[in-house]
Amino acid sequence: MAAPLTLLLLVAVTVRAALFRSSLSELISERVEVVSPLTAWKRVIEGLALLDLGVSPYSGDVFHETPLTIYLFHFLVDYAEVTFMLADVITAVALYMAVKDYNKQVFRKQKFALEADRYPLDCLELIRSPKEMYYIPLKVAMFYLLNPFTILSCVAKSTCGLNNAIIALFILSTIKGNVLLSAIFLSLATYQSIYPLTLCAPALLYLMQRQYIPVNFRRASFWWFIVQYAFMYLGSLFVIICLSFFLLGSWDYLPSVYGFILSVPDLTPNIGLFWYFFAEMFEHFRLFFLCVFQINVFFYTIPLSIKLKEHPVFLIFMQLAVISIFKSYPTVGDISLYMAFLPVWSHLHRFLRNIFLVSCVLLACSALFPVLWHLWIYAGSANSNFYYAITLLFNVAQILLVSDYFYAFLRREHHLTYGLYLKRKDGSEATLVLK
Amino acid sequence: MGLLSDPNRRRALISLLTRLNTPICGMPVEWLMKTMQAKGLEVFTQRFSRTLPFPDENKERYMVRGTNVYGILRAPRAPRTEALVLSAPCSPGDNNNQAVGLLLGLAEYFRNQIYWAKDIIFLVNEHDLIGMQAWLEGYHHTNTTGMDWSPLQGRGGSIQAALSLELSSDIITSLDLVLEGLNGQLPNLDLANLFYAFCQKIGVLCTIQGKLQRNDWDSVSGYSHAVQTMMLMVMKQASGRPWGDHGLFLRYHIEAATIKGVNSFRQYKTDATTIGRLLEGMYRKLNNLLERLHQSYFFYLMPSLSHFVSIGYYMPAFGLLAVILLLRALDLWVQLSTPPQRTEDGVTDIEPVRGTHFKTVADLLSLLTPLVISHLTGVALYMLPIRFQEMAVEHFPVSETEAVVLTAIAVYTAGLALPHNTHRLLSGEGTEQGWRVLKLVAVLYLAVLLGCTALINFSLGFILALTLVPVAAFVTPHVPKVLSAFILVILSPACTLLFSVFFFQELQEMPISFQDGWLLFLSVISQGILDHSLYGSLVYPLITLLVYPCWLLFWNILFWN
Repeated sequence: MAAPLTLLLLVAVTVRAALFRSSLSELISERVEVVSPLTAWKRVIEGLALLDLGVSPYSGDVFHETPLTIYLFHFLVDYAEVTFMLADVITAVALYMAVKDYNKQVFRKQKFALEADRYPLDCLELIRSPKEMYYIPLKVAMFYLLNPFTILSCVAKSTCGLNNAIIALFILSTIKGNVLLSAIFLSLATYQSIYPLTLCAPALLYLMQRQYIPVNFRRASFWWFIVQYAFMYLGSLFVIICLSFFLLGSWDYLPSVYGFILSVPDLTPNIGLFWYFFAEMFEHFRLFFLCVFQINVFFYTIPLSIKLKEHPVFLIFMQLAVISIFKSYPTVGDISLYMAFLPVWSHLHRFLRNIFLVSCVLLACSALFPVLWHLWIYAGSANSNFYYAITLLFNVAQILLVSDYFYAFLRREHHLTYGLYLKRKDGSEATLVLK
Repeated sequence: MGLLSDPNRRRALISLLTRLNTPICGMPVEWLMKTMQAKGLEVFTQRFSRTLPFPDENKERYMVRGTNVYGILRAPRAPRTEALVLSAPCSPGDNNNQAVGLLLGLAEYFRNQIYWAKDIIFLVNEHDLIGMQAWLEGYHHTNTTGMDWSPLQGRGGSIQAALSLELSSDIITSLDLVLEGLNGQLPNLDLANLFYAFCQKIGVLCTIQGKLQRNDWDSVSGYSHAVQTMMLMVMKQASGRPWGDHGLFLRYHIEAATIKGVNSFRQYKTDATTIGRLLEGMYRKLNNLLERLHQSYFFYLMPSLSHFVSIGYYMPAFGLLAVILLLRALDLWVQLSTPPQRTEDGVTDIEPVRGTHFKTVADLLSLLTPLVISHLTGVALYMLPIRFQEMAVEHFPVSETEAVVLTAIAVYTAGLALPHNTHRLLSGEGTEQGWRVLKLVAVLYLAVLLGCTALINFSLGFILALTLVPVAAFVTPHVPKVLSAFILVILSPACTLLFSVFFFQELQEMPISFQDGWLLFLSVISQGILDHSLYGSLVYPLITLLVYPCWLLFWNILFWN
C-alpha cells in the first residue's frame, strides 16, 4: 500500500504548493475561520520580530504561542511553507499507520470472538471482513490530506497544523502500545493547548487494555499503571515547562498562553461559541460563564469514558470532536483532524440516521461563512447576529454528526450482543432508541 | 431666507452655468481649482490612469487618464472626524454641465454658513465611474482593482453619506432617484425616504426608475404600473453594475444615492435654485446625523417611492424555490439508499439499508469527471475571452471588443458539445446509480450557490432560481431528449440574459427590434466583463465560474445515456 500512499502524498503536496504560490494565500491567511489569535502566522512573525529585538515576545498581547514554537520557527522561518506541508504529511502518515494497526487488532479480536461463538447467529452481516477494511488507512490519510479545511489551514500557515501533527503522533504511539512516547507526545500536545489533557483517559484505557490490565478500581495493578503513566506525563510536562522557562528566562509565557486560552480576552469572531456570548455579557457574570464554558469541554470525559471503556479509540474520536467544537478558539484545522477518522467507522453507515441532513448543513454553512462575513463587515447590511447564527448552525451540525456516530456505534455493539433482529418478550418487533 | 435669494448670488450662479454650457475638451482642471479656491475651499487633485482590458465601445475609451478635483469645506467649529460628499461627474461635452455649476454655487453658499458639523467634500470626478473608483481607493487606502492613482493630499475624516448629481439642462421637470449600486447593493432606505420627503416638502416632482407615482393602487393598471417599476429595479439590481457614481460608495459602507435631473415635457418646471434649496436641505439633514444611517432596511424593492417590499416578504419566495431543490435532493438520497429489488424477507429494519459506497474507482471517476470538466470549461469561459483577444483580432476581421464577446459566446456554445462521460468507455453497469449521484451533487451545489447569491444580490439570485430550479428538479436521462435539451438551452444563463435585455427595454417603454436587441446583448456582455475588471463586480465571475458549470452538469445528466 506504499505506492497509493506516496501518490496521495505527492498530490497533496502539489496542491498545497500550488496554492502557496497563488494570490489566494494572502486572502486565506486573513480569514477568521481559518486562523485564530492563537494560531495566526502574522502573530508568529510579530513574536519573532520582538524576540530579535531582545524584547519578550509576550509583551503587548499579540503573541500567544509557546516558547518551543517560537524557537522552532526561529530556525525555520525561511522554510515555513515546507514545515507546514511536512506537518500535514507527518499527520497523515501517522494516522495511516495508527489506523492500520488498529484495524489489525479489531480484526483479531473479532476472530477470537467468532471462534468463541460470542456473536448471535443473525448478526453475521455486521461482521467486518479484511477486504472491506483494506482501504481504510488510505482513506483516512486521504480524508485528512485532501480535506479542503486542512488545505486552507496549511496554506494560511496556521500552527494548528503542528498541533494536529503532535496529536496524530500521540495517537500513533498509543495504538502501538508505547507508553513512554504516548506520555511524551500527550504532554507536548497539552503544552501547546490545554485541551488535549482530556485525551489522557482514552490513552490510559487503551494502554491498559493492550497490556491486559483490568479496568477495575479495586485492583492494585490499575492504580499502579495510572501512577506510572501520570509520572511519565507529569514528568515530561515539567521538563518541557522548565525548558521553556530557561529558553526565554521568564515565566510570562504562562499567563500569555494558558491564561489567554482559559480566560478568553480576545473576542474576534471565529467559528466557536465563545465570542458572541462574551461580547454581550455583563462583567459581573463573566467569570461564572467562563467557568461554565471551560468546564463544558472537560466535562464529557468521565461519562464518555465510563460508557466507552471497551472502545478507547472511539473515545479518542469523540474527545477530539468535543475539543474541536467546544474549545475557546476553534478553527477549521481542528475539525479536519477528527473528520479524518470518519472512514474508520464506515461500517456504521447503515445505522446513521442524520447523515444527509448533517452533510447538507455543514456544506451550506461552510459556503455561507464568507458570504455573511462580507455582508457584515464590508457591506454593512448584516450584523453579528447573522454570522453567529451560521456559527451556531455549524456547531449544532457537528454535534449532531458526533452524536449520530455515537448512536450508530452503540447500536452496533448492542446488536452484536443481542442479535440483529430484536424481538420483544411477546415476539413482536422492537427498535432501539438512544436515551 | 434660503439659497440664492440674494440676487448677486443668483447672477454668479447663472454666469457659472452659462460658462459651462460651452463644450469642453477634457476637464478644466486649473479653472476648477482656481474657482474652488476662490470660494474658500481647500482644493486638491488626484491623477489616475488605467488601461482597460479591451476598448469600451459604449463610452469609447481604452487608455484612460484623468484628474479628479475636490475641495474640502472644513466645518468651522467641529473636529474633523466626519465628512459628507457631494459629487458631480464631469465629462466632455454638455452631458453633465449644469451639475458642476450647481456644485460650485452650493459650495459658495455653504461656505458662509456656521452650522456645519461635518466637513463637506465637493468632488468633480473625470471619466465618471473610473475616476470615482480611483478617488475612493485613494481615500480609503485600498487597491482592489489595480488602478494607478496618485495619493490624496487632503482628507476629511470618515464619510457618512454621499450624493451624486447628474444634471444636463438648467430647466428640470422632475428628479430621478437612482439607488442601485455595485453588486446590487442598495443604500439604507432612510436615505431614499429622506430625499422623497424633501422633494414633497419643496414641491419638486420625484420619480424612481423614471416612472411617476400613481395614486390608484386598487385598479389593475395602477398595480401593473407598480409591478413594472419594481421589475425595473429587479433588473437593474441583478445586473450588478453601479447605475450612478454613488454605486461605488456603498462598498465602503457609505450611504449614497444619485440624483438625476430630467427635462421632459411637463407643464411645471423648476429651476436650478429650487434644486439648490433641495440639496441644501438634504445636506443640513445629513449634517445633523449622529451616527451612520443603519436603522432602516438595507434589503428592499421599491414599486414606488412611497412603498417598499422588505426582505421579510420577498425572501420566503426564494426560500420556497430553494426548498424544491432540497426536496429533490432528499428524494434522490432515499432512492440511492434503497437497494435494487431483492425478494428477501426478514429485512425488517426501519432505517434504510446502507447507502452507496464507491466500490470501484470507475464509480468515483464517473462522478468526478463531469464535475472537473464542467469547471474547467467555466474557467476557460472566464479567462479565454480576454487572454486571446489579440490572437482573435489577428485571425478574424473583428475589433477587440467584438473579439472578446464573440469568444465568450463561442466557448459557451462549445461547452455544450464536449464529451463529458467516461462511463461510455467503461462498462455500463451502475449508470443508473451514477446519474443519480451526479444529480444529487449538482442539485445541492445549485441550492447552496443560489442561497449565497440571493443573500448578496437578491435579484440576481431570484432570476437565476426562477430559470434554473424547475429544469434542475425535472431533468433526468429519461425525459424526452430534444424537448428537454431545447428547454434547458432556453433557460440557460446566456439566454436568460438575452430575454432580460428585451424585457428591460419593454419595461422602459422603448421596445427594440431583434437586431438592436442582439447588439445590445453583446454590449451588455462586454460591459459585464469590463465592470468586473474595473470595479470588482461579481456577476461575471459568478456566472462563468459557478453558475455555468452547474448548468453544464444538468446538461450532462440529460445526455447521460
